[in-house]
Formats: sequence, structure tokens, C-alpha cells
Amino acid sequence: MARLVGAVCTSHIPAIGHALARELENDAYWLPFFTGYPPAREWLTAADPDVAIVVYNDHGLNFFLDKMPTFAVGAAREYRNADEGWGLPTAPPYRGDPELSWHIIESLMNQEFDVTSCQEMLVDHAFTVPLALLWPGRSRPGLRTVPVCLNTIQHPLPSPMRCFKLGRAIGRAVASYPQDLRAVVIGTGGLSHQLDGQRAGFINREFDLMCLEKIVSDPLTLARYTIRDLVLLAGTQGVEIISWLVARGALDEHVTRVHSHYHIPVSNTAAGLMVLENAA
Amino acid sequence: MSPAINLQEPRPTAAVETPPCVIPGTYLFDGTLALKGYALNKMCYSFNEAANRAAFLADEEGYCARFGLNDEQRDAVRRRDVLALLEAGGNVYYLAKFTGIFGLGVQDIGAQQTGMSVEAFRAKLQAAAV
Repeated sequence: MARLVGAVCTSHIPAIGHALARELENDAYWLPFFTGYPPAREWLTAADPDVAIVVYNDHGLNFFLDKMPTFAVGAAREYRNADEGWGLPTAPPYRGDPELSWHIIESLMNQEFDVTSCQEMLVDHAFTVPLALLWPGRSRPGLRTVPVCLNTIQHPLPSPMRCFKLGRAIGRAVASYPQDLRAVVIGTGGLSHQLDGQRAGFINREFDLMCLEKIVSDPLTLARYTIRDLVLLAGTQGVEIISWLVARGALDEHVTRVHSHYHIPVSNTAAGLMVLENAA
Repeated sequence: MSPAINLQEPRPTAAVETPPCVIPGTYLFDGTLALKGYALNKMCYSFNEAANRAAFLADEEGYCARFGLNDEQRDAVRRRDVLALLEAGGNVYYLAKFTGIFGLGVQDIGAQQTGMSVEAFRAKLQAAAV
């Protein structure tokens, strides 16, 4: 039977991709951010997942406003990255696991999550940057992926509670998969930041630190916020924490915090990292 | 007598009608803005491709006309004015592909929107750490 080894939640800021491409990990600006990652990598090496279910939001690479699915699940043999328009180097394709994808899609539909299935799906920095951070240089050969994309562009967005419940449904889908494999759920985005408007540059350290606590011990408190609350408290793009709620929802009620890290700022963003596994 | 079928809707977990969201200095990209900005956002989405970025630079006015931008949008494009582009229905994720053409990143547009120098904007972000 398939098993979830845990969840990793991380920011996905494009600037991290630039820093990786330019090998700036030890640069004074970047060091306090990158020092957070070795423990997460070590945990992943030990947990050795076969598949990463990556919950992220597209920023206008694959989806445009002509058709904007709330929840989209990749069901392809491979996922390509492409030019996003502002200079991030394009990553080579990622392997898919269409059999697991279709199992997840079937299971989610049975659990009343009406997802959009995608046999072609470009994945943007929100997918590629976390994978590059967690497995530098593709250090886990043969890793397969299942992208799960959330709409965070076109309001109304899915509510935090709905996202938490989606995570629960993904957890049940993995648990019911008959093949013997290990999966990790990766939630990407956040923490507080705002790119647009006169309020650009908004960061809320206090709220982020509360989220880092609650995501472990009391995720329902976070799930009860409305999107409007999150925009107010975490900034327009801080709503990306809904990806963390999906990842957290996939785990059991009681989890153990393996590792966490928080750093301000990376570009315009408060960067967060959290590694969780089910409590023994 | 057959038993009555209960077709009652479950109680919604949140209010069905949501009040308009007013957060100062914030553009919540709802249906109204999506409708207003469709042409502008569609043009910016096209800038994912290098050939389209080059075509824009070769003939800005013609490129805007091809996508059917209105006068407000064309004016904001001409001025590279992010706040005006947001007012005209632009979404920041697509607008970033437009500003990227001129080498302007999120910190540059953050500075522009807040009326600060880029250095001052960066300092403001650093200051959020404490």
C-alpha cells in the first residue's frame, strides 16, 4: 500500500531560483535563508519518497483567465517548465506518475472534489523552485511528481477550509492506492507578502509566526480564516498559505514537527519552511 | 405513503453574500477587475514568449492595438505605471511579465507603487524582520 511519509511546506519565491542559478547560497543576503534547508534535505533523504505530490499555484504560465480551474491535478507522463517572461532559467522536465494521478483524480471526485484533470500542464517556479531547493541538482533520480494546482489569481479563491479538506481527501486517496510506494506532499508559497498596490511590501511577522505554530498543532484555526482575512493579515499573495493547508490536511490529526525555518526578507517575501510527519 | 425526501440544503459554512472587500492599497482581483482588464492581461500573458516580447518592443502601439487595449490601458502601458495598470484591471502576476521586459522586478515595482526609492523599499522589507 502507498504511504505518506510526511509533508514539506516551503516558500517558492522566483528570486530563490535566480540565486540557485547564480550559486549565491553563501552570499550574505542569501545565507540566512539557505541555512534552513539542509535539515529538510536530510529528512527527505532518509524518508526517500518515490513520489512528490506538489501543491502550488500557477502564476500565469499554464493557466490564463480564459479558463481558470479552482483545483487542477496533473495526469501527464512528464511536466515541462517554460519561460515565465522575466528571466528565470527553464528547468528540464519532471517525471509524472499518471497512474497515481488518475487514482487521485478518481478518489477526489468520489469525495466530491470536482477537479480539472490535465494531461498537458506547464509547471512554473512555484513547482520548480521548491523541488530545486529540496533536491538540489535533482539529487533523487527517478523522483515522480503529481502537480496539484490551486487558483490564487482569480477571486473568488477556494476557502482555506476547502483547501484543508482537499488535503484530507488527498491523504485518503494516497492511503487507498494499492501500489507499494512512499509519497511526500509538498505545499508551496507564502508566507506573508504583497506585490501589488500602495500596500506592496507588506509583511506580517507576528501572523506568520502564529501560522508556523498553528499549522502543526491546530490547523483548523488557520482553516477558519476567510480569504479576505488572509489578504488583510498576510498580504494579497500571502493567501498562498492555502497550499500549506492542503499539505497539512493530507497528514493525520497529530503530527510531529521535524524542522522549521523562517527568514525575512527574500525579495518582497517572508520565507517559511516546515517539515512535518505523522506522529508515531 | 412514501417517506418525504429531504432536499434541504445543508447550512452554508460562510455567508452566501460576501461584503465588498476594501483593504487600502490592495487590489483584490475579482470578476469586475477581471472583466475590465481582460485585454491587458491577455497581452501580458503573451509575454511568456520571447518572440512576443520582441514584437511588443518593435511596435508597442501596434501590439497594444492587436490585443484591443482601451485608452486607459494604453496610456498606463506607455507610462509603465503599475498602479495605473492595476486600476485598469491588470493583475500583478501578468503585469510582472510586462515589467520584466524592461528589467523591472518585484522590488522595482514595489518601490514604484509606494513612491520610494528601491533602496528605501528594500530597507522597509529588511525592517520587517524585527
